[in-house]
Amino acid sequence: MTETIVPKKIYFRVWGTLLILLAVTVGVAYIHLGWFNPAAAVGIAGIKALIIILYFMHVRYSPKVLWVFVSAGFVWLGMLFLWTLGDYLTRSYLPPPTIWPQ
Amino acid sequence: MSLIVEHQFDDYEQQQQATTLGMWGFLATEVLFFGGMFLGYTVYRLLYHAPFGEASRHLDVVLGAVNTGVLLCSSLTMALGVHEAQEGNRRMVMLFLAITAALGMIFLGIKFFEYYQKFEEHLIPGPHFMWNGADARHASLFFIFYFVMTGMHALHMVIGIGLMAILVFLTWRGKFSSVYFAPIELGGLYWHFVDIVWVFLFPLLYLVERSR
Amino acid sequence: MSTQLAIFTREHYLNVSYGWKSWLFTRDHKRIALLFLMTITFFFFLGGAFATMVRLELMTPQGDLFQAQTYNKLFSMHGIVMIFLFLIPSIPAVLGNFLVPIMIGARDLAFPRLNLLSWYLLVIGGVFTLWAIVAGGVDTGWTFYTPYSSLFSNTNVVLAVIGIFISGFSSILTGLNFIVTIHQMRAPGMTWFRLPLFIWSHYATAIIQVLGTPVVAITLLLVAVERVWRVGIFDPALGGDPILFQHLFWFYSHPAVYIMILPGMGVVSELITTHSHKQIFGYTFVAFSSLAIAIIGFAVWGHHMFVAGQSQYASLMFSILSFLVAIPSAIKVFNWTATLYKGSISYSAPMLYALGFIGLFTIGGLTGLFLATTAVDLHVTDTYFVVAHFHYIMVGGMVMAYLGGIHHWWPKISGKMYPEGWARLAALIVFIGFNLTFFPQFVLGYLGMPRRYYAYADEFQVLNVMSTAGASILAVGYVLPMVYLIWSLRYGESASANPWGATGLEWQIPSPPPTENFEETPIVEEPAYNYESYSRASV
Repeated sequence: MTETIVPKKIYFRVWGTLLILLAVTVGVAYIHLGWFNPAAAVGIAGIKALIIILYFMHVRYSPKVLWVFVSAGFVWLGMLFLWTLGDYLTRSYLPPPTIWPQ
Repeated sequence: MSLIVEHQFDDYEQQQQATTLGMWGFLATEVLFFGGMFLGYTVYRLLYHAPFGEASRHLDVVLGAVNTGVLLCSSLTMALGVHEAQEGNRRMVMLFLAITAALGMIFLGIKFFEYYQKFEEHLIPGPHFMWNGADARHASLFFIFYFVMTGMHALHMVIGIGLMAILVFLTWRGKFSSVYFAPIELGGLYWHFVDIVWVFLFPLLYLVERSR
Repeated sequence: MSTQLAIFTREHYLNVSYGWKSWLFTRDHKRIALLFLMTITFFFFLGGAFATMVRLELMTPQGDLFQAQTYNKLFSMHGIVMIFLFLIPSIPAVLGNFLVPIMIGARDLAFPRLNLLSWYLLVIGGVFTLWAIVAGGVDTGWTFYTPYSSLFSNTNVVLAVIGIFISGFSSILTGLNFIVTIHQMRAPGMTWFRLPLFIWSHYATAIIQVLGTPVVAITLLLVAVERVWRVGIFDPALGGDPILFQHLFWFYSHPAVYIMILPGMGVVSELITTHSHKQIFGYTFVAFSSLAIAIIGFAVWGHHMFVAGQSQYASLMFSILSFLVAIPSAIKVFNWTATLYKGSISYSAPMLYALGFIGLFTIGGLTGLFLATTAVDLHVTDTYFVVAHFHYIMVGGMVMAYLGGIHHWWPKISGKMYPEGWARLAALIVFIGFNLTFFPQFVLGYLGMPRRYYAYADEFQVLNVMSTAGASILAVGYVLPMVYLIWSLRYGESASANPWGATGLEWQIPSPPPTENFEETPIVEEPAYNYESYSRASV
């Protein structure tokens, strides 16, 4: 698919970055940061996934139509998360209707 | 060594692009397939944060981190294998694909050791589940998701290792060249995807509330 | 007579090879389409048999024909078979498989072997479902709500779920195949905006098949895990949430209903333009409306859960979005109507089905808006109002479009003309039977008759008897085409390449087409539906 042959040193750089990010993930988990902990965990995982997709999976060197296919799955997953969590996180906002007094 | 273009395609390039698009379409379905489990896990973690945190601390971070490292290395060797395929180096392709598969097997070995540990600690959900802390029901829920999600991932790893074995065999038989190596590339896409799933599983399952 | 000889001597996809191996191992998209045709026709009549038993029971207010649990099994199996084994494959797997490559000027789909695998998966999924039926069925409803399905039901849930899981992959592979084919294999000059609208609607359907089906797959798998290992994922007693099941289930199952209408809309665009011999009104709007339905359709699933216990804010959002998703459908109806205006309309059987579709789909769609309104839905949810709504769309819409498409492309597929008189009669019988079956159900629902009950209050009997009577008429309307279409294979008039004088690449090749479809790859230079209005071009 890719006419461009990605030089090996880019692969090694990506691999190095991935291992560093792994260390950061574990390290940050042991520091108490409240709600930022899961955000950081998912965020760093997202960065790892992104560089694997762009470089190891050659998407950076691929036609734009492929970028649409790649993002579609994640965008749709986002929709699933957004509206489902939208339900769970807003359950407490409106109190149940009060019973009309007799 | 010959270039096979199937009759429905006009030329090799069209076939290449079509198969790559098709593979990514399949990977999109896998994102949603695993995604459903991730959503369930997220909902329950939101609802039952404390028991999930406590349950997560029963997982072995060292083994989980090592396993993540193993898979990241296997992604490197996979990418290098595709690189060698692009250059037409048959022996190196076989070497890198075999190392990739071996790393995958190491991953599975560590995983099954972890499962065995959980069995010894009576943390497998069901009639033999024993929980010392509060809220055993919700802790059990954590472990259900742990086993189903990592189990589904492990199943995909097994398939991936099988694919690597087939690709090594076909490479050995001389089916590929620097002009035609599409199956290796597609196999690589699958392997990297399974790695990405683990990249998300590790922090979400193992690193819930480690800062206590 | 000489044209009959011409068919026997000319080689085409049906006579190029004989024997069961040439069919069961075929890679020809046209033969695979026929394999699907036979499979889904079988399941259609199986689902119809379950419906017959349901309607027989409902002739009397008491539950006297079946026991309660048996009745629950009957409507459950009716839903499962009709939805997963008939409607979801129907138009895409039969007409789509046959026509998508030809309409874009290709020799076959991108992945012919995956296409054959898709058929085998439907058959295997069907076998598991049949096994579940023979072993005693399931009584959970096609919706498998937990914790009943995961814990309490004593019926063959796991078997049924395996069947649906496998047939789901059939759907995914079809979708993948169509998307890649439409992107990559259009003939020279066949730009996106010269594509027939049939292709746009199948592309939109394929998006839903690929991105939605995996979620129901994993959800049903989790239900099976819960049943087999007796652990609680959706079990409230163990802290599980049944509403989570509903979110995951409906994330697919709502878009699934768009899988079950978009292809029909694509067919109707073809039927209306051909049989009024007129350019479609507002091509771009109709094309984009298909995409809009597919995308917005993923954001409305909570309208099945207004009374389930989800947050009121979520219900609000889902309600608004459900109103929005009606707009692209309305645009299509307006554009079809505008296409008909001043067209040279011929009341052939396909046109009768298309006209029926427009009317019945409109009623179904408008009643969907009733249901999208939370205040109304509170009263009519889980009543026959909902049942009538979705049958108007799936049967009054999709099945009519399917029959219209089968008739319209029958000459191309078989090389024979169907008998027009009988076909028109059947279309009329279907229309009358359909309305008599389902319109009373709107009234019943409004009056409060709940769905999925085998007994009802005495005052509902008249309407129920009307509905059952209508169903028997509808059955006649469905059996007739089976009879005369098979008859036409032997005794029908031979069809020319373009009996309707239609535009479109499929009408430029012989009827039936050769295996490779085109002798030379066509070069497309004209927009779609390039009819001259006010005249019928000679064939």
